Amino acid sequence: MAATARRKLLLMGRSGSGKSSMRSIIFSNYSAFDTRRLGATIDVEHQNLRFLGNLTLNLWDCGGQDAYMDNYFSSQRDNIFQMVEALIFVFDVESKELRKDIETFVLCLRNLYEFSPGARIFALVHKMDLVVVEKRQDVYKALMHSLEDTSAMFSFKVQGFATTIWDESLYKAWSNIVCSLIPNVGIFQKHLQSFADISEVDEVILFEKTSFLVISHVTGNRSPGFKSDSTRFEKISNIIKQFKQSCNKLRSQFQSLSLRGSDCSAYIDSMTASTMIMVVMANRAVPDDGTNGDDAVDGSSAVNLLADQDPFSGEAENNIILANIKIARKMFEKIENLSLE
Amino acid sequence: MTDDHGPLTEGYDRTPQHSSHHIPKIMMMGLRRCGKSSICQVMFHNMPPLDTLYIESTSSPSTTVFSSFIDFAVVELPGQTNAVDPGNEELERLFTESGALIYVIDSQDEYINSLSNLHSIITRAVEVNPKINIEVFIHKVDGLSEDFRLDAQRDITQRVTDELLDDGLLNVPLSFHLTSIFDHSVYEAFSRVVQKQIPQLATLENLLNVVCQHSGIEKAFLFDIKSKIFVATDSSPMDVATYEICTDFIDITVDMDSLYTIDHSQTPALKAADTAFGNELDGTDPTFNKSKPIGSTTRLNNGLILYLQQMVKGLALVCLMRKESMPKIALVEYNIEFFRNALEQLRLLTV
Repeated sequence: MAATARRKLLLMGRSGSGKSSMRSIIFSNYSAFDTRRLGATIDVEHQNLRFLGNLTLNLWDCGGQDAYMDNYFSSQRDNIFQMVEALIFVFDVESKELRKDIETFVLCLRNLYEFSPGARIFALVHKMDLVVVEKRQDVYKALMHSLEDTSAMFSFKVQGFATTIWDESLYKAWSNIVCSLIPNVGIFQKHLQSFADISEVDEVILFEKTSFLVISHVTGNRSPGFKSDSTRFEKISNIIKQFKQSCNKLRSQFQSLSLRGSDCSAYIDSMTASTMIMVVMANRAVPDDGTNGDDAVDGSSAVNLLADQDPFSGEAENNIILANIKIARKMFEKIENLSLE
Repeated sequence: MTDDHGPLTEGYDRTPQHSSHHIPKIMMMGLRRCGKSSICQVMFHNMPPLDTLYIESTSSPSTTVFSSFIDFAVVELPGQTNAVDPGNEELERLFTESGALIYVIDSQDEYINSLSNLHSIITRAVEVNPKINIEVFIHKVDGLSEDFRLDAQRDITQRVTDELLDDGLLNVPLSFHLTSIFDHSVYEAFSRVVQKQIPQLATLENLLNVVCQHSGIEKAFLFDIKSKIFVATDSSPMDVATYEICTDFIDITVDMDSLYTIDHSQTPALKAADTAFGNELDGTDPTFNKSKPIGSTTRLNNGLILYLQQMVKGLALVCLMRKESMPKIALVEYNIEFFRNALEQLRLLTV
């Protein structure tokens, strides 16, 4: 077994901004409704999350009350800000003391500049659901603008996201954060691409199993006119996560899904011990006459043709995909446990 | 259900003589602020339960036409409707036209007033239409503890039946449901109400029983996809957890399906095939008026399989199976195809 990499993440922001709520939703399978039960975080709560075979996320959820905050920047300074891989600063969009929040943000940057200058900075403008829909973009842009200026002073580049726990935006933000920390994400991407090429599908998405965050995705443009929602990745994370919760109510766990949709077929199945894969294929009713010449001769198109003559015989196609996933499993298992050094 | 443009508000004094006249009606009554509109909004207009806090109080009767295996209209009357006023002919007419009367009681409030109101409504309604089903929704139970809910139900049932007995009103078709818009209970209760209005229910249940017996299916529901009311289920015992997972399963199927679409304008070759499929489906719902009926299967790690297949007219069959039946899924699908044909025939008979 290869040595595991530990990545330290700091979760900062004022008291009540929603740090622990988002952490519980993403990593502890809470529903947005359940977060009402969470109390204030006392001091720093550490959470060690095994993410993919060889990566451990060491999440420092820093309680945001002023008393603790003062400590972080004085006595606990070196402890907190050393070896940080990423700072996730949560802004409450409804905060009455935005100036103070920004000051805290600057303090964090200053300390990071000193102790871990290589850290990545993420700013989440949270509780966006409380802002009127038309104003969201403006509010977010205005705040991000000032944050970008301040972080430039410390030669940090800040990446911002507008989030709320009530929709899928949270998954987008965290998926980006986590992807930036996975050391071999490029290898995943490369092999996913070849998987997509070989199995001739329209889209492949790789998810982490417990958090259902997107690790990597490949979109082919094989089927003309095939359209997909631009926010589909985080939406799928959100949808499946919710379904996982309802499965938990039955004291069971979600294992796989196959969808025979009106325009597409999709399969979700586990890939490795800690990942799940989703494969999407457009329904091609008629073989693409000439436009995709190479497609028409091989097996998969023939299967598609078959599938459309009878809505119930998608099974052959299903089996081919499942077989492909099965074959790819070994390879991905290997990537996951790849030595990091 | 078809109405996406908000409730079709119209005074019942001028309920038009058009098609909705013949549609079976379900009345909804209750004191003001007991949650009638919230139920309608959540059930038929996909409003998130938390948003119902902001609903204005209803001042005139509103009708929602709901189209499922059968069409029916839900008529919501404002809380201040006076049931005892003998001159109210419109109300009388509504009683005669309705198959069911839903009376909503706010369980978090003092319900004594509500019960006396209910009593006068029942006496009036039964006098006009002895066959009307009285369905009492003991509502907002999400705020009550588990024990307290049953106590409230027992207490309300006792009081209502006692008073009716005192009046010598026996055999009033009366049932009680504990409901809340924050979980699945209101869907379940509404399903029960609607099922009583479907004359073909026995046939549907029978069909489902036959499918289950011959296909190794543990439990089957026939759902209305949009409102998540179940039109029928087989006769094996049902628990709330299975119902919940089935509704959630419908949700994810519909949500996932909507993420990917084919823009048919770019591929003229597809068009012909598409319309051929489209004709099979009823054009009532744009979401399902696409190229082919949707279906999905999911597997849980305790060996349970959930299987969904879209049927006619916005209905879907959701089945619970064991993983042992998975190798024979083709046979199951073959059987289900027969079930679909039977449904189609049954529907044509009733039109």
